[in-house]
Amino acid sequence: MTTHPEAEYHLRGIELPEPEISTNLEPWGETTIVGQARPRVDGYERVSGTAVYPADITMPGMLYGALLGCPHPHAVVTGVDVVRAQAMPGVRAVLSAFTPPDRATQPHLEAIRTQLFDPHCRFEGEAVAAVAADTPYQAQDALRAIDVQYDVRPFLADERKALEPDAPLVHDDGNRVAAPQVYERGDVTRGFAEADVVLEEEYRTECEIHTPMEPHGCVARWDGDRLTLWESTQGVYNVQMQVAAALGMPFSMVRVVGHYMGGGFGAKLQAGKYSVVAAILAKMTAKPVKIVLTREETYLSVGNRPPVNMRLKVGVKRDGTITAMQLWGSGASGAQPAGGASSVDFVIRDLYTCPNVRTELQDLYMNAGPARPFRAPGHPQGAWALEQMMDALANAIGMDPVAFRVRNVPTVSQARGNQPYTTTGLRRCLEEGAAAFGWDKARAEIARSDRQGTIRRGVGVAAGMWAAGGGGPPSTVVVKFFADGSVNLNMGASDIGTGTKTVMAMVVAEELGVDPDAVEIEHADTGSTQFATASGGSKTVPTESPTVRAAAVEVKRQLLEIAAEELKVEADTLALRDGNVVSTADPAVSRPLTGLQGLRRRRNLIGVGHRGPNPEGKAVNPFAAQFCEVEVDTATGEVKVLRFLAAHDSGRVMNRLTYQNQVFGGITMGIGLGLTEARILDVDQTGKMVNRNWHDYKLPTMLDVPADMTCLPIDPQDKECNATGAKGIGEPATIPTAPAVANAICHATGVRMTATPISPLALVQALAQTKEG
Amino acid sequence: MTSDPNDRDDRGQQQRGLSRRGFLTTMGTGVLTATAASQLGAQPPAGPAVVAADERTKVALSINGRLYEVLVEPRWSLAYVLREVLQLTGTKIGCDRGECGACTVLLDGAPRYACLTLAVEAQGAEIVTIEGLMAGEDLGPVQQAFVEKDAFQCGYCTSGQIMAAEGLLRATGDPDVEQIRHGMSGNLCRCGAYPHIVQAVQRAAELPRAGGAS
Repeated sequence: MTTHPEAEYHLRGIELPEPEISTNLEPWGETTIVGQARPRVDGYERVSGTAVYPADITMPGMLYGALLGCPHPHAVVTGVDVVRAQAMPGVRAVLSAFTPPDRATQPHLEAIRTQLFDPHCRFEGEAVAAVAADTPYQAQDALRAIDVQYDVRPFLADERKALEPDAPLVHDDGNRVAAPQVYERGDVTRGFAEADVVLEEEYRTECEIHTPMEPHGCVARWDGDRLTLWESTQGVYNVQMQVAAALGMPFSMVRVVGHYMGGGFGAKLQAGKYSVVAAILAKMTAKPVKIVLTREETYLSVGNRPPVNMRLKVGVKRDGTITAMQLWGSGASGAQPAGGASSVDFVIRDLYTCPNVRTELQDLYMNAGPARPFRAPGHPQGAWALEQMMDALANAIGMDPVAFRVRNVPTVSQARGNQPYTTTGLRRCLEEGAAAFGWDKARAEIARSDRQGTIRRGVGVAAGMWAAGGGGPPSTVVVKFFADGSVNLNMGASDIGTGTKTVMAMVVAEELGVDPDAVEIEHADTGSTQFATASGGSKTVPTESPTVRAAAVEVKRQLLEIAAEELKVEADTLALRDGNVVSTADPAVSRPLTGLQGLRRRRNLIGVGHRGPNPEGKAVNPFAAQFCEVEVDTATGEVKVLRFLAAHDSGRVMNRLTYQNQVFGGITMGIGLGLTEARILDVDQTGKMVNRNWHDYKLPTMLDVPADMTCLPIDPQDKECNATGAKGIGEPATIPTAPAVANAICHATGVRMTATPISPLALVQALAQTKEG
Repeated sequence: MTSDPNDRDDRGQQQRGLSRRGFLTTMGTGVLTATAASQLGAQPPAGPAVVAADERTKVALSINGRLYEVLVEPRWSLAYVLREVLQLTGTKIGCDRGECGACTVLLDGAPRYACLTLAVEAQGAEIVTIEGLMAGEDLGPVQQAFVEKDAFQCGYCTSGQIMAAEGLLRATGDPDVEQIRHGMSGNLCRCGAYPHIVQAVQRAAELPRAGGAS
């Protein structure tokens, strides 16, 4: 310590150790608290209505902001008349590209840097103006009074036509975002020649919209030159940096708080234009400004899972050996570079053993809202093609679909230079999942059933893996241990509803022998918590839990050192249990932590943890296999999903309750992809989205998912991936779902549905065609 | 305005709220009522004068057993008044157009979307919000069951889910799974906590129902 000695009078005689960084922790064996099914540490707040979400914040003098969206999919703004709007009751400020002075830029877009309100609107809903008013009703009134002149341009509303010679150009240099991404190993031509059976099929997944329950939004307030944003976000530091950059401010002057947020699924990983607008309006009016997007806006402008087109060709030998795989794919980034086809091929590269693989992916522009990461970007799309193809191949060579997959389980990551996985539970997921589901019995029963009437039953399986899910640095966490035995955990990560806070409290409790409820958590605040990357990619638990453990272990080391001195024993013979220091050698030697003089004099202990690197030369991935049973009414095309079983290797189960909740949520979302969800654009007439609300865009309701869901965790006891042995669960839970349903429908009806969503109309039409054919 | 408590329909709770005639009256304030109401054959009922859409009028709302007198614009939704005027922010808004159920409250014991209910229309009804299920700082049985069964993730739809469950349990003491699935199907949960919500409603049905404003 280098502070002036006189300033430390209260610390005289007390040694202040510098915190050590613990990166090489022994893996846990059996745990006592970690792994339990524990209700959440913030459950009370979330069910009592006392949890304050950004949309809930009100402040004295607060104004309500609103954005005016371009009504055309492609237009150039030539003028904005705000005179009438400015004079309306309650209106405090109006902002557009034509109201000086605004030097702000669009947040997040590094590739195409434009002013905040770019007059060239390339998608419907692109903001062209904004207002702040006393009430949200007045703000909406004012938006209607703004007169915008548009030069309407030809639009491209179907990415499948993007490369046609006469296709309207979204950007002047063409509709390709970049050259195609090509991946190649081995020789597919030779591989196909070696195959006994080669199948080729086209697949498509429609565009899905995230629509978290809390619309995107924030409250902005200035204190002089310092800006505070209460933001509904998955990553406070992302928002801080991107808003600061857009406003030309130092990062340190922007504080972003995100304690509670109502869902994101990838759509809230980055700063939105609304946050920059709220900040500017707040500056203009010298008042706090709240902007919560309307539900319609969330459909148009804050991301989607892009539509993807895939042609997959796979060759297989009669014995079940896969000889070659080839994928041609395209996906729509939307109006900006946003990864339309990225990661679509990952499962094809890595999920099954295959020496010869070639994939080619093309990102395309179209005049629609830019894509954003959506729960396992690319993976459910790729799995939709691959896992249906696997089913078709199994059928073609007369193998059981589970056995065929087991036959091709890889031991190394072929897409990453044949690095071994730290662990892979894929085989166990398939085998133990099939056993728990009653796969063989269900197939036998369905084969025996008489096919009278219009009701058909079928079962389906699909596997999956997630490219990320191993987490990694950087992350820093501080654990404070107080003299009364209570604990404060300080971390920057957001809890987006996955139960992060609860898991981390359990990690602290595991190491320090305290009740998880005694761990008070400060999190997700750039002003007061440590740096963490955004919560997304199923990496929060594998990133933060080892970091939290390292910080807790550091506190434990200090506690045991103090206790060893006072109990006059060696520190390595002591353990922490239920708020006591106990000797592992002699149970009679025990002292409450609060009785330690050294702790009382120091008042608190600080442990700092940093996230160490992942193991070199190894791949860390979660794996999954899901099984379902469906009932199809062949007269109406209606599909009832009767039950689901999900076997997941996501490493150690940190909290059985929240883990299972993630799995069931992933299945629910996957059923949405497979059966109900699709963005519908009026491709011919207007290019506008026609189902921009939850009435016309169908999320699964409780009636669309089975009450009968089973979660079967497979823990291969990963000692290498990180210090807690946990891998991510959020994304893998939704990757195999939709193809499992499609495979079950095919098993029930004999009809293979290659495009999402499998609506009753689409299915009944396909069934009719089979009859005719 | 639309809901004189003495003029209430006797057909029971399901009929409460917006009558067709009342709908025309409130939505048609200003231009429409003056010119077109008589042509539609729907004369406004006798009562207070018609108020312009952006002109404020006093209403008395009975919320969680307390009477609140507030000045509201006739177009203000009950959800807006609860959240932004009275700061009862436990009630959430997900869509503001009657699709998701995040704003569900009880009106005279039955679940209603507060975003599709005008504040003026809620006069005379007993309104219960998520805050009203608490007994002081203690959770009510449905809230307790939601914590135990982890029947939420992000928590944003949760107030509405709990109010829908509360309404269901008041109407059907011990619902079976199919009744729960139908009773809760008007509430979306994008996180997909549905299986745990079913379990929570079953658990809540076992817990003693006492305490809280109702």
